[in-house]
Amino acid sequence: MMFVPGNNPGMIKDAYIYNCDSLMFDLEDSVSITEKDAARSLVFHALTTIDYGEKEIVVRVNDPETDTGIADLEAMVRAHADVIRLPKTATVHDVTFCDEQITRIEKAIGMKAGTTHMMAAIESAEGVLNARDIAKASKRLIGIALGAEDYVTDLKTNRSPEGTELFFARCMILQAARAAGIAALDTVYSDVNNEEGFIAEVKLIKQLGFDGKSIINPRQIKPVIDVFTPTQKEIDKSLAIMAAIEEAHKKGSGVISLNGKMIDKPVVMRAERVLHLARAAKVLGQEAEK
Amino acid sequence: MEASDMQIVKTGIAGTMESSDIMVTINKPTGKEIKIDLTSSVEKQFGKQIKRTITECANRLGIKSADITAVDKGALDCVIKARVETAIYRACESTDYRWEAN
Amino acid sequence: MKKIDIASIPHVSELEGIKKVFDESDVYKDYKTCREREQSENKIVPSLEEAIRRSGLKDGMTISFHHHFRDGDFVLNMVMDTIDRMGFKNLTLAASSLTTIHEPLIEHIKNGVIHRIETSGMRGELAEQVSRGLMDVPVVFRSHGGRAAAIESGLLKIDVAFLGAPSCDAFGNANGYSRDNDTGVICGSMGYAKTDAQYADKVIILTDNIVPYPNVPFGIPESDVDYVVKVDKIGDPAGIMSGATRFTKNPKELMIAETASDVIEASGCFEDGFSIQMGTGGASLATARFLREKMLKKNIKARFALGGITGQIVQLHEEGLIKKILDVQSFDLDAAKSLKDNRFHQQISASYYASPNNKGTAANQLDIVILSALEVDTDFNVNVLTGSDGVIRGAIGGHQDTAAGAAVTIITCPLTRGRIATIVDHVNTIVTPGSTIDVVVTDQGVAVNPRRTDLKTLLSKAGIHLVPIEELKEKAMRIVGEPAPIEYTDKVVGVVTYRNSSVIDLIYQVKDSAEE
Repeated sequence: MMFVPGNNPGMIKDAYIYNCDSLMFDLEDSVSITEKDAARSLVFHALTTIDYGEKEIVVRVNDPETDTGIADLEAMVRAHADVIRLPKTATVHDVTFCDEQITRIEKAIGMKAGTTHMMAAIESAEGVLNARDIAKASKRLIGIALGAEDYVTDLKTNRSPEGTELFFARCMILQAARAAGIAALDTVYSDVNNEEGFIAEVKLIKQLGFDGKSIINPRQIKPVIDVFTPTQKEIDKSLAIMAAIEEAHKKGSGVISLNGKMIDKPVVMRAERVLHLARAAKVLGQEAEK
Repeated sequence: MEASDMQIVKTGIAGTMESSDIMVTINKPTGKEIKIDLTSSVEKQFGKQIKRTITECANRLGIKSADITAVDKGALDCVIKARVETAIYRACESTDYRWEAN
Repeated sequence: MKKIDIASIPHVSELEGIKKVFDESDVYKDYKTCREREQSENKIVPSLEEAIRRSGLKDGMTISFHHHFRDGDFVLNMVMDTIDRMGFKNLTLAASSLTTIHEPLIEHIKNGVIHRIETSGMRGELAEQVSRGLMDVPVVFRSHGGRAAAIESGLLKIDVAFLGAPSCDAFGNANGYSRDNDTGVICGSMGYAKTDAQYADKVIILTDNIVPYPNVPFGIPESDVDYVVKVDKIGDPAGIMSGATRFTKNPKELMIAETASDVIEASGCFEDGFSIQMGTGGASLATARFLREKMLKKNIKARFALGGITGQIVQLHEEGLIKKILDVQSFDLDAAKSLKDNRFHQQISASYYASPNNKGTAANQLDIVILSALEVDTDFNVNVLTGSDGVIRGAIGGHQDTAAGAAVTIITCPLTRGRIATIVDHVNTIVTPGSTIDVVVTDQGVAVNPRRTDLKTLLSKAGIHLVPIEELKEKAMRIVGEPAPIEYTDKVVGVVTYRNSSVIDLIYQVKDSAEE
């Protein structure tokens, strides 16, 4: 998910170029207080004019319990943003309040209720501890993310290359996401020039189970894709597993085995996930599956 | 959808001089129509178009007369609309936002 | 002495020039040592004025300059000031190219010192004013190969060539660097100057570095030179030698570059021993980096790189990935240094580089060329000379020549630059004909010229996403909006020639914006 500051016309107009999965237009921390109205207008017009292709459009609004935040929601729901990202989500109330506001606006404009999704960004200790409930607090929630900068300040520490101070938060957010059946997204890596450090972090969070990473510069796109894209070996193995399932179903057999190993449900689900990622990364097309 | 009560009470400015942006200044009108003083890096190719976009945008918000200065560095139409809108709301000290997709 | 009777030689009337019998008066033995000759019998002239006087320059003649000093050139302005002071008028200026530093020409044009201009391109205020109708006679634009051919065939006759050189000996052996007398100011190859030196009636070398004879290696041999003038400064080192050209970090350009390298790999030309020329725009240069990965992976080496040479190419050469370099112009300090130090980095003339008259012309030996463009239209015609506002702001360079000579010609360009579309319905000025352009690589897709069904098949098979060029044009238009057509007057300010001097397009005077 690539972060685009909301008051920067140059970056906003070019964002469609990059091959990331989603774009997050920010009206919150990257926009100064005096420019909140300008950013809101800019993002509204950009979203209603520019063709961003198949990318998921996310907008980070200001706190919905402020006038600015409400104005943001009024504009962005009307702009048909796919996902509203809620900053500094600390409690279930934060989520439900925003949900209610969006419902109100959708009704006012005749949009089908529930069209606009939400994503909660956890940026504090309280938020981390409440993650489990936050993740289940609304049907609109499709994901939960970690915002490390503010979180680490709240912990009264600072960010380290190894990310030790983030370990607990990452795990909590992941558990909460899985328990609620939604996606888990990791925080940004600010040192754009440190490619090695970035790749190490992406590998770590992938292993933890995260679904994706927030990025702040197009140069970070390729490393994320490379780490998350399954290897040919993994793909071949998964295809073999799916083929074995096919076979077994055709034969009406209940027990499925491949190369002498039992294939049970967890194995199948992992294989499906690999193929899903492979298709998303376009390393697997229709022909390859034959 | 006629805009009501949008009166310019002070100078409103929005936008920057960065590439791809346009700096729009809305001033109280000295005449009866919308006057635009435009400096643009793409004057020849898009000068008329930019003025038209500014005028349409102002009209849509109920502004029939104003003195507008614009310094354009190659902003796309959607950016121009956004900056004009923001400048007008600021000039009218209004937060009665109308969100109309085009 | 033998007694010889001319008249009694059989068929003597058929023997050209055989008329006189030898005697001692025909002998001149030179007893002077080299050192003595260097002091007294040399071609050094005390001043530029003196050199101009001796050259026999007259009103209405044609003078020439090279552009190897780029934006750091002092020579052209210095010579023009002197010529102006001496009262000459109506000269034809045949520069290999003109840059922003040549703005003072505006005054010389207004004063009637210069009557007409031939060049590869012009930029800055001079170009603006020419576009607005400064000159009565249209400027003739030629490609590097076209200019060389015109000079060689006598179409463009140079009376006096004024050639700046970073090193020169007392007899005129001039070079763009010196292996043993390096002052630190080097321009590398003097490819364009070589051709002028060979064909001009009189050649004056201007240098700030007189070195001991013989100045070898030389770009210009003393046999082509008439006079040598020592001046204080030939140019600004910062302008002549930019540091190493940097790899771009711009994500858009990197994207284009990566795709371009994929296109090259799939083109069918990417085999051991291929030949290539890379442009100098950000995306063209960055392509080198991606290509390098593929070359290492497949163990493919290039037999030569041609052009405009930059540090990137030198790096690949020194790594062993490019065997030899043919250099007509060294774009940065690294390239100039490499010309000086590397055995297989060779200085070549403009004619050797790109003349359409030579069978073996280097540009014809290219497998791949990567070029940029200001505009490309749906017929694949390319404009590198005028902007979208109709004002002159570029140069043809070797564009036409390499596009024609390469087996696969690739254009790299962003779909839009700010609010200006690169892919359009009709380019403002046709410089390079679409029939020589094969592939256009943008950040929004790759378009293949319909003439190249072979490339279309190869690229599709390699999984490269191809789009019709019309689609790219539509996309660009949707983003920037529809521009108003540029308004011109009837006055022709520029004649754009193709390599063989045929006229491919005309540049008209832009109308002054007198709105309201």
